[in-house]
Amino acid sequence: MRTKLMIALVALSAAALIAGCNTTGGGPEQPGASVEDRSAKQVDGAEVKRVTPDQNPQTALDAVKQGVLAKRSVFFDYDSYVVKDEFRPLVEAHAKFLVANPKVKILIQGNADERGSREYNLALGQKRAEALKKMLTLLGAREDQVEAVSLGEEKPRCSEASESCWAQNRRDDMLYSGEF
Amino acid sequence: MNTSAVSLIRVPLVRVPFIRAALAFLLLALSFTVRAQLTIEITGAGANRIPIAITDFTGEPGIARAVAMVVRADLQRSGLFKLVETDTPLAENYMADFAGWKARGTDVFVTGSVTPASNGRYEVRFLVHDVQKEAALGGLVYLMTAQQTRATGHRIADYVYEKLLGEAGVFSTRIAYVVKSAGRFELQIADADGMNAQTALASLEPIISPAWSPDGGRLAYVSFEAKKPVVYVHSLASGKRQVVANFKGSNSAPAWSPDGRKLAVVLTKDGASQLYSVNADGSGVARLASSSGIDTEPCFSPDGEFIYFTSDRGGSPQIYRVPAGGGQAQRITFEGSYNVSPRLSPDGKNMAFVTRNGGRFQLAVMDLATRQTQILTDSDKDESPSFAPNGRTILYASEVGGRGVLAAVSSDGRVKQRLSVQAGDVREPAWGPFLKH
Repeated sequence: MRTKLMIALVALSAAALIAGCNTTGGGPEQPGASVEDRSAKQVDGAEVKRVTPDQNPQTALDAVKQGVLAKRSVFFDYDSYVVKDEFRPLVEAHAKFLVANPKVKILIQGNADERGSREYNLALGQKRAEALKKMLTLLGAREDQVEAVSLGEEKPRCSEASESCWAQNRRDDMLYSGEF
Repeated sequence: MNTSAVSLIRVPLVRVPFIRAALAFLLLALSFTVRAQLTIEITGAGANRIPIAITDFTGEPGIARAVAMVVRADLQRSGLFKLVETDTPLAENYMADFAGWKARGTDVFVTGSVTPASNGRYEVRFLVHDVQKEAALGGLVYLMTAQQTRATGHRIADYVYEKLLGEAGVFSTRIAYVVKSAGRFELQIADADGMNAQTALASLEPIISPAWSPDGGRLAYVSFEAKKPVVYVHSLASGKRQVVANFKGSNSAPAWSPDGRKLAVVLTKDGASQLYSVNADGSGVARLASSSGIDTEPCFSPDGEFIYFTSDRGGSPQIYRVPAGGGQAQRITFEGSYNVSPRLSPDGKNMAFVTRNGGRFQLAVMDLATRQTQILTDSDKDESPSFAPNGRTILYASEVGGRGVLAAVSSDGRVKQRLSVQAGDVREPAWGPFLKH
């Protein structure tokens, strides 16, 4: 498990490095000023305090990689935005974890299949993300712990034009602090 | 801000044969890298094409030929002209043999010359001749550098097009689009003929919905580099970009107001996807409309009076409009159960949109006065329509053999073109505005 995590972290930092290279190498120069501005703002007290938790964030990060919490996806029927009963135990487990770890945040990324307009599909993915967010907050997670966003049709898990494939793309993914 | 690739002085040629023109230079801070080349194939042509000959121009052989080739390619690609072959270079002051041209079935021919001028520049002269009237229709003189050869060719093609068809040509305009290849997304900008492609932004995360500012100097778009959709405005000359909408939730679908001061955007900070207006610097967020469902894909009418958008408030996605200053929404589309992505023609009379027609997503155009709708394509996966600034052509994304391509169709459905890159998907086209020159 630990080795896996290490590999994941190394891969992550490598990806970040590649992303960094792309931004500065391929495209135009980033405006240095605005980047510096942002980091300056993050050095204030509030930002630092968030990283001094009463529970170890590493422990929390480990916990969401194990057992039922390692399952992060909820799938939807065509043209539907209702979290199906079969995913209820999974959503309850994540809600319970968020209640027990009030400093941990979760990002829900809604997704849609590829058919039709990209922007409309972005709105459909948002509807799916909002449905899961509502369920988590009803189960006790705080509103400010949960952010619902959409990736629309832009990040398909499966890229064939078939119903079984589209079904995998109509989903919500849950990411915890440190994963986004 | 003028980001035109060239700065040319134009002067009328007819009756002013020896005019001196001075060139003002515009230095560009475009720090773009050149990437995959768009290729264009013509897949349909107009019914009554004007037979035209563009002779090689006299003078500097390489450049003279290159200018004429650009003019020919532009006019040919429009689908509105039929090129008549010529072999002899002819200057603008050539004494026209109209009978000879008539015998070869030519209605119009263009002659010209390229001569060296001061400071390594060139003087390009051309004249358009009408065979029926047996008279010159007009011409211009351009001063250019060798690097401006293609740009000059486009300007000449624009001149010829406007003289003969009575509407502005779009050969000097640019297009923006997104190329996806090997998990990499690039927002590119190319000339309308697909040449000179430059990458404005490269990212490992998706980029969608590019929208040109009315002055052509900036692009608004949605980037997912922050693991969620955020709206940016990118200044093309400096490469600087600014976040204009990054609220909790998703931020998307930027659309410029005709005066370039505001953007309509879609935010989800208050729940579902809803329309808001925001100043181009990201300040002054205000709600534009309210519904209990999805409102997205805003588009200003060219007069700024209305915002057209997609909404599922009636149960299925349909196109509506609201007064830009707020008010009652009015439904525009009624046929079918899926009508999305409204884009208004530059004269405000027509609306391009995507309609689902028996499970196929096709480009359609509606005459807003009569509400008459015509489906323009026979494809399955059309998306993201964008009008050329003269309203003649609609550029859109489609799919051929599982690959994303761009396609263009004249608003009467006759002339068709396809634009693709060698290895990758092209999508999310946006045709840029006329640039003042």
